[in-house]
Amino acid sequence: MPPEYDAIVIGAGHNGLVNAAYLARAGKRVLVLERRPVLGGASVTEEIFPGYKFTVFSYVVSLFRPEIIRDLDLTRHGLMILPLESTLTPLPDGRYLYRGADHYQTYREVSKFSPRDADAYEDYSNAMYFMAKAVKYILGVIPSDPTSLNPSDLGGLLEMARHFLKLDNEQFYTLVRLMTMSSADFLGRWFESEPLLGTLSASGIIGTFLGPRSPGTAYVLLHHYMGEIDGVFRAWGFAKGGTGGIAAAIASAASSLGVEIRTQAPVGQVIVKDGKATGVALENGEEIHAKVVVSSLDPQQTFLKLVDPRQLPDEIVSSVKRYVYRGSSGKVNLALDGVPKLTCLPGRGAHLRGAISISPSIDYIEKAYDQAKYGEFSRRPYIDMILPSMIDPDMAPPGKHVMSCFVQYAPYELKEGSWDEKREAFGDAVVDTLSEYIPNLGDIIVGRQVLTPLDIERTTGLSQGNIFQGELSLSQLFFLRPAPGLAKYRTPLRSYYQCGSSTHPGGGITGAPGRLAALEILKDW
Amino acid sequence: MSIPTPFYPRQQALCESHEWRDWSGYLAAALYDLLHDREYYAMRSAAALIDVSPLYKYDVRGPDAVRLVDRIISRDAAQCAVGQVLYTPWCDDDGKVIDDGTVARLGPERFRITSAEPNLAWFQDCAYGMQVDIEDVSSGLAALALQGPNSRAILRRALSDIDLEALKYYRLSPARLGKIQLDVSRTGYTGDLGYELWVHPQVALEVWDALMQAGDGYGIVPAGMVALDVARIEAGLVMIQVEYISSRKSLIEDQKSSPFELGMGWAVDLNKVEFIGCRALAAEKRRGSRWLLAGVELDWNSLEAVYGKFDLTPRLAGRASRSAVPVYKDGRQIGQMTSHTFAPALKKYVGIASIEGAYAQVGDPVNVEVTVEYTRQSANARLVKLPFYNPARKRA
Repeated sequence: MPPEYDAIVIGAGHNGLVNAAYLARAGKRVLVLERRPVLGGASVTEEIFPGYKFTVFSYVVSLFRPEIIRDLDLTRHGLMILPLESTLTPLPDGRYLYRGADHYQTYREVSKFSPRDADAYEDYSNAMYFMAKAVKYILGVIPSDPTSLNPSDLGGLLEMARHFLKLDNEQFYTLVRLMTMSSADFLGRWFESEPLLGTLSASGIIGTFLGPRSPGTAYVLLHHYMGEIDGVFRAWGFAKGGTGGIAAAIASAASSLGVEIRTQAPVGQVIVKDGKATGVALENGEEIHAKVVVSSLDPQQTFLKLVDPRQLPDEIVSSVKRYVYRGSSGKVNLALDGVPKLTCLPGRGAHLRGAISISPSIDYIEKAYDQAKYGEFSRRPYIDMILPSMIDPDMAPPGKHVMSCFVQYAPYELKEGSWDEKREAFGDAVVDTLSEYIPNLGDIIVGRQVLTPLDIERTTGLSQGNIFQGELSLSQLFFLRPAPGLAKYRTPLRSYYQCGSSTHPGGGITGAPGRLAALEILKDW
Repeated sequence: MSIPTPFYPRQQALCESHEWRDWSGYLAAALYDLLHDREYYAMRSAAALIDVSPLYKYDVRGPDAVRLVDRIISRDAAQCAVGQVLYTPWCDDDGKVIDDGTVARLGPERFRITSAEPNLAWFQDCAYGMQVDIEDVSSGLAALALQGPNSRAILRRALSDIDLEALKYYRLSPARLGKIQLDVSRTGYTGDLGYELWVHPQVALEVWDALMQAGDGYGIVPAGMVALDVARIEAGLVMIQVEYISSRKSLIEDQKSSPFELGMGWAVDLNKVEFIGCRALAAEKRRGSRWLLAGVELDWNSLEAVYGKFDLTPRLAGRASRSAVPVYKDGRQIGQMTSHTFAPALKKYVGIASIEGAYAQVGDPVNVEVTVEYTRQSANARLVKLPFYNPARKRA
């Protein structure tokens, strides 16, 4: 019997959907299978309390590739990225650091802490512009393995070498520093004031189980900087309707290209015959056949759960088992009855339409990490908070608000007890921390959703709750993502592919793994 | 010297940018924030409040009101029901456009015409021998546009004595705001769901305050001219002095345009009673027009390549430009892109262009001049149908 589909994509996260859309765009008949009733994976908006829409896991967007928006005509399918106006760092003593889109306003605000930093801010932005521009190239190519003698790898390496040789010496050194240093040391080359150092360094720890003083975190900083919105590097925005709005737009584009999407259709097993994937068996026993099967899930599931590891070479199985996840973050979503009043800036204004970062200093974040290192959640965590309803009023009933808090650190492995016992204590620590800066917060909370790494794993399937499908450390990037020999979206099994954030160029709502995987799959067709 | 509109006290307090423009001799906020993004996105995602008081407004009354309006405009005024609004151009005897605006039928013998430029003398001259009064009510009528997907929900909270669900696109209705009587038309210059409120200047501030209050929680944002310019280009709406020059102000024949050449052919009714310019327009229709109005969509990869020559990346998001740039086909200049902008709703760089129809049609590839590092470059583009952005909610 001929297969019913050209391709089956497992998982309707943003990468799975992008992958399916690109395959369909090339004329393939594609089916996407999603375990949950909602689309988007970790890019999902759900009405947890009536009228209050939470951008449940992911919450802001920058890295989503503009070529995907154009290729799939996503604006026609409802994609709209609203500007995130500013970053506010409130301090325990009632002062604050405000950075907005206006150049001289930001200069004045940073000057309050250090006139030197205010001036150096320009140099830093300039240096990071070149870094983002240099790295943009990597986001669009398949990483070549330098140990390979394969002509396509050698050609790719040569092209990459040519690309990076365009950087001048100082830019090249900056790139090497980014790849090797800690975010604290890297930023220390420019800045001296604690609130600025703390807040900028936080971008280097998001999603990793590392502190701002851990080497390797400067790369994560770069990873958060390589996005662009409308041609502006390092811009961050909020998708109308939450990050589920992005998934909905991709799903709509995919459907218009003929992709079939089935929800509540959990895949139990990938069917493998003679080393070749031929389809999937759903958990309910239904078998669906296809020429190609693509998994958007992480390696743990792609290689150890969906297929029998005995069908894979031993060294692949052992490197998949050694792949590092180490979920380190949680999410607290709050439904609010009114407007939060900050001690430092009690009124309403642009600061409520941007990110509010609880990161008063590098020490603060490093201390939060210290607790996590030994298996406890941070009592005073780093929090990246936004108020989606201030940016998109449709996220909450008129006059009400939703608050999205990304919280770090929350180690997946607790030294004592379980996350099921400690969930509410973790939520309390977050609310208590925020209340130090927002005294009226406790009075206006009407609903609270606390998501621990365990909850993230249970709901989205992300192993250990790692938001990037595996840590973004140099040892797990480029030709090593997710592991040597698995880096080009292919697997040891013929017709079985990967397209999730655990493949190059990694996590975040980029869509790049989904797109690049589709281009590779089509090459093999 | 520009003078304030009736809404100025509120605008001035909110105008953090301190950037104002002159609009027909009135002070118009260019933008309120330091950047116009939020004001633009309010139009597309929530609701924006825009002072459009500087429009010229004429009250036309009398037994011959229908006859006069029918003689002036290219659309059929006799078919315009009371409570209906027509968007229309009006022409000179040669069928060249003088101005464009809206004509609202307020009663069986009463119309209100809005225009971008003064037209009193022209209208009065056209009315020679007719029983009709034309009054310039420009300064006696303040106007606020409320535009965006949440505009209806906000008006529902603010207004009474009006059925907003029943108020269709390009209709007008009286309404009450507290004790204030006003007119509401479902019109605007953003190409989105939106309304315009026509009020007495004495109650202008009360109306502003009531709308801002009703819009709290619905994302209402006062918006200025910079954001409006981006939205109107996305909506493919032409602007006098930018896309065309009024035939009354043209210095040479070639500066004049017919409605067909401005994408307003749909608003020319050659079957209705005779109107000014109709013979010339009928002849032009038979003969074909020289120019056509088209959208231009620039190819982003080509833009990246053009900037890439200088090791730069395209940074085009920002304000709209009204500096015309040449459009080429096969090396020959075939027209000009008169307004252009990065369109945030489409994430594309687009423009409105006048193209010589003999050389290109909608769908054709063209080239557009782009200046990078003081040098003239050429980017690939495509002619497309206008509007660029046309959400279903505009008419729904």
